[in-house]
Formats: sequence, structure tokens, C-alpha cells
Amino acid sequence: MSGWEEAERTLAAGEASLVSLWADGPRARLALLSGPELRILDHEAPGGHFPSIGRLHPPALRLERALAESSALVPDGLPDTRPWLLHGAEALSYPFLPAKGEHLHQIPVGPVHAGIIEPGHFRFTCAGETIVRLEERLGYVHRGVEALMEGKTPEEAAKIAARISGDSTVAYAIAFARAVESALGVVPPSRALWLASLMAELERLANHLGDVGAICNDAAFALMLSHCGILRERVLRASFFCFGHRLMMDRILPGGVTTDLSADGIAHLRALVAEIGQKFPRLLSLYDRTASLQDRTVGTGILRPDLARLWAAGGFVGRASGRDFDARRFYTPYDSLTFAITVRSEGDVDARLRIRAAEITESLGLITQILDRLPAGPLRSALPAELPGGSGEGFALIEGFRGDIFLHVRLEGGRIARCHARDPSWFQWPLLETAIAGNIVADFPICNKSFNCSYAGHDL
Amino acid sequence: MLRTLLEGLRQPVTEALPTDPEFAELAKKLSRETRRRLGRGLAIRVLDAGSCNGCELEINALANPFYDLERFGLSFVASPRHADVLLVTGPVTRNMREALLRAYDAMPAPKWVVAAGDCASGCGVFAKSPACLGAVSAVIQVDLVIPGCPPTPARLLAGLLALLGNN
Repeated sequence: MSGWEEAERTLAAGEASLVSLWADGPRARLALLSGPELRILDHEAPGGHFPSIGRLHPPALRLERALAESSALVPDGLPDTRPWLLHGAEALSYPFLPAKGEHLHQIPVGPVHAGIIEPGHFRFTCAGETIVRLEERLGYVHRGVEALMEGKTPEEAAKIAARISGDSTVAYAIAFARAVESALGVVPPSRALWLASLMAELERLANHLGDVGAICNDAAFALMLSHCGILRERVLRASFFCFGHRLMMDRILPGGVTTDLSADGIAHLRALVAEIGQKFPRLLSLYDRTASLQDRTVGTGILRPDLARLWAAGGFVGRASGRDFDARRFYTPYDSLTFAITVRSEGDVDARLRIRAAEITESLGLITQILDRLPAGPLRSALPAELPGGSGEGFALIEGFRGDIFLHVRLEGGRIARCHARDPSWFQWPLLETAIAGNIVADFPICNKSFNCSYAGHDL
Repeated sequence: MLRTLLEGLRQPVTEALPTDPEFAELAKKLSRETRRRLGRGLAIRVLDAGSCNGCELEINALANPFYDLERFGLSFVASPRHADVLLVTGPVTRNMREALLRAYDAMPAPKWVVAAGDCASGCGVFAKSPACLGAVSAVIQVDLVIPGCPPTPARLLAGLLALLGNN
């Protein structure tokens, strides 16, 4: 049995987790994780044929659909060959999967949604109010990110990587920087690594605060949205004060960071941590004491732990369904910081909210530890520009607020030959389809918000 | 708990009307007729035509207590049929072109288009991507541009107020 087929078997048996699957010229490349070890396997055969992983391991299906439509490779035995990210001329006649039964009706939603959110299509098949099947159709914000990066210098491509999913711009910038550094054998200064993690924790804090408010707002509890909105705005303003940009875009580049943290910035962040540390627990106790709110969140949109495990669901989606995984365990500076990773097993909207609440508290602790122990030194290491130093390949697995982001880069002569980014949403979107089945249509918004998958990060 | 809620009320967090000299100039370019029609308020339909979602985060922030856009008569509406203004973000992707045109066509006249963010204004870092058609103006006529990557909420508010002629 070849390494590829062996990998397929271990994935299907649940002995390894799928990290990503992509095309690089004539090769199909598979990244998988067993314990802390991340392996990359290649398959290259005449005519571009390779045994489909999705055939035995459904989490690979959408990755293979995207691979097949954008490369010359052919996943043999791929059970679903419909287009995915490239809608093409057949865009308006997409064949949705059938649902059979008496008195079923369909509700098509999107791509343009009622709120201020990203575009995507949801096809609900319902029996009365109950959802029998949800099928997603994504790809509307496909901007051709990966192809656009090819031929660019690492600095130029970093600007594109930072805009794969705006809410995770810091996490993507870190992932891109670490992957390029690893490809080129560059070691960034430790102050840069610590500052990048400080930014990552601020990003996590801002997003989790926004999500907690927005989930409660979907249960008609606008008070929580207002209070969390104030705290979120304070984080963004502190980020602007310290790093000159509210979302901290373009502050992390291969080799290090562009912006240093001043003594005023440190004082500002300490005051921010104190304010949120004082106010957020009270907001959480308001959540705890509001029965009407919990009536909407507890038992809603349950994601089964076995599916979370099989799909290797990252972030709060996986951790609320028993999957004890956080990529921060594997890289600097988290290896020398103290933080707890909370895991629950209920898998409902309530559990996903409580995981975020626990992570808000942990992020506050991490920010304090980083401020206390921030190493002195330079902000950036130089990158070798020309051959042979400018060639190689590298990858990174970085924990963004919604889960682990995998980014792989191959450089030739100092330029990007191929860059592949896999957002955690790739494995969370399909799970939303299963979590909503059997729930009522009116609970979809709150369930969707509790997942908060990225459209842009997925569509690329 | 009550203390936390009351603390929020003791000092207002809502801030004064933002001004931005850049938009005072833009406002002059809008016809008097436009300003007369829109003088009392704007119903805004936001449409993401290919954004990275950074612009959406800042547009959403307009509703938080610091910016409170409704006090200016600005409101977000769910249907393009209720909208005066289509606020578009992102480079226009091939896959969103049809939806953008349909949303625009569904709006009653008179109607205005605002391109928010560097992608919507000039295609940003996604210029030259074969998956994108370009800035919003490559697909529909744009009346006002609010630059930034993403534009800050204060900037978005100043731009929208320019449309009302209040700036």
C-alpha cells in the first residue's frame, strides 16, 4: 500500500486529522496531523490522477472539488464533482442535492443576506418549521487569492494574505510570515514573535466579544450586544493606539513585525485588560441569569462530538463538541506562557458561547503575561532575496480566533511559486449543515452566528 | 450587575458628529437635488461584493453606542426595495456580479451607490485577479467613494453624512 493510500485509510479510521489537500503543479499534496506531528504527502502520477481522499473521508470532499476545478489534477472516485468555488456559466442552474419525503418545501436564502454579513447561499428543505436538510453553496467571494499571490515577493504577497479573512488578518499574517520564514530558514527576533502573539490575542478578544454580543442579539437580547460592542470597540481603539490600525492589518511581515509597542501602549493595554476583566464577568453573569436567553441557546444546534472529531473541527466549534485541540500548544511564545484550554461536550449554541467566554478570560491573562515578559531586541530579521537562499517550502499552523489556520508556501528565486491557505471554516461549514438538521428555521441565525464561519476565508 | 449597567449610563459613550475635510469636498460635488431628496435620512442596504469582511466589521461598528448611526437618520435596511443607498464593499467578484446587479435593480429610483473601502473604490490588492471584475464602478455607476482598508467607522460616518449634505 502506498503512503497516500495508507494516509487515506488512517484518515477514514479517525487515526489522523485532515489538515488540507491542494494541487501544486503536477502534484496533489495532502497535509495530515497525527498527534502533534504534521506530515505532508505528495502524489504525482501521469495524467494527474490520484485516489480521491473524499471517497473514503468526506471532510476532503469540498477541498477536492475546489482542487479539481482549478487544476489539471483528477481525484479518481470523487463522489461529488459539482463546481464549488468557480461558479462559471452554469451558476444559476446549480444542482442541489435532493431531499425526499412528504410535504417538504424549500427556502432559498442568499447569496445576499438581510444583515451586514458576507454572501453565501443556504438551501433549506423543511417539513413545516423543522429543517430536514441544509445545503450550503459557497464561493461567492472567490477572489482568486492563491493564484494572485504567485510570482509576488513575500512582502507583496503578505498584503494579500492579510486580506484572506479580514477578521483574522493578524492570524493570517502570522501564518504567512512563519511559513515564509520556515521556507527560507529565517529566524524572526523573539520580540517580534511576542508582539505578534499580543496582536493575535487582541484579535481573539475583539472577535469573541463581538460574537458573544451578536449571538445574544440573535435571541433578541440587544443589551448584551451593546455592552459587548462597547468592550469590542475599546479593544479596537487600544489596537489603533498601540499599533496604528484598528484591525492591526499589515503589522506582521515575514521576518518580524513593523510596529513596536511603546511604554504608553503597554499602560494602555493594562488599563484595557483591567476594564474588560472587571466588566465581562458581570456580563456573563447576566447571561447566566437570563432564562429567556438560555432557553434559546441550550440544546440548540447540537454538533455531535464524533463528527467534530472526524472533521477535525477547529476552534470553539470543535472545543464545544469535545475536541481538545488548540494549535497554540505547538508554537512560540505560547510554549512559555500559562493558559487553560477549555473543552465542553454539549456541542450546542450555549457551549460555543461559553468556550468563547472562557477564551476571553484566558486571552486577558495571556496579554498580561506578554506585557510582563516582553523580550527586548530588534523587530525584524532580513530575508534572503536571491537564489539559492530565496527558494524552499514551509508551512504554519496558527490558531486564529475561529480555529487553526494552515498555510503552506513554496518559494522559487525569492518569489511565491505556490501558496495555499486553508481556513478553519472549510471543516466548520459542513458541520453547520449537520448541526442545524432537526432545528427550526427561526433558530438558524443564532446557530449560524455561534459557528461564525468565514465566507472570505473559505472562498479565497 | 446593576452597577455595571448603570456605569454605562453615567457617562455617555456616544461621540460627537465626526467631520472629515475630504468629504466636505465630496459633498459639494453632489447635486443640490440629491441633497434635497436625501436631506432627512438614508435607508442603506449594505452589499458585500467580494470583501475580506474587514469593511463589514467596521460598518457593523457604526451601530455600536460610540457611533450610533441612527441618531443621524441613517439606518440599515434588509431589503434593497427599501433602500436609497447601496453601500458596496469588496472588489466585485465574477460570482457576485449577478447578485450585485439584481440588488441594484431591485432598488426604487432615485438611488445612489457608495463604494466603501479600497477594494470597492479601486479594486485594492485584488486588482488584476481574473476572479474579480474590478472596482464597483466597473459594474455600476458609483456616486461616492469612501477609501480606507478598511475605512474606520468615523470615516464611514463622515462619508455617509456627506451624502446627506450635513458635513
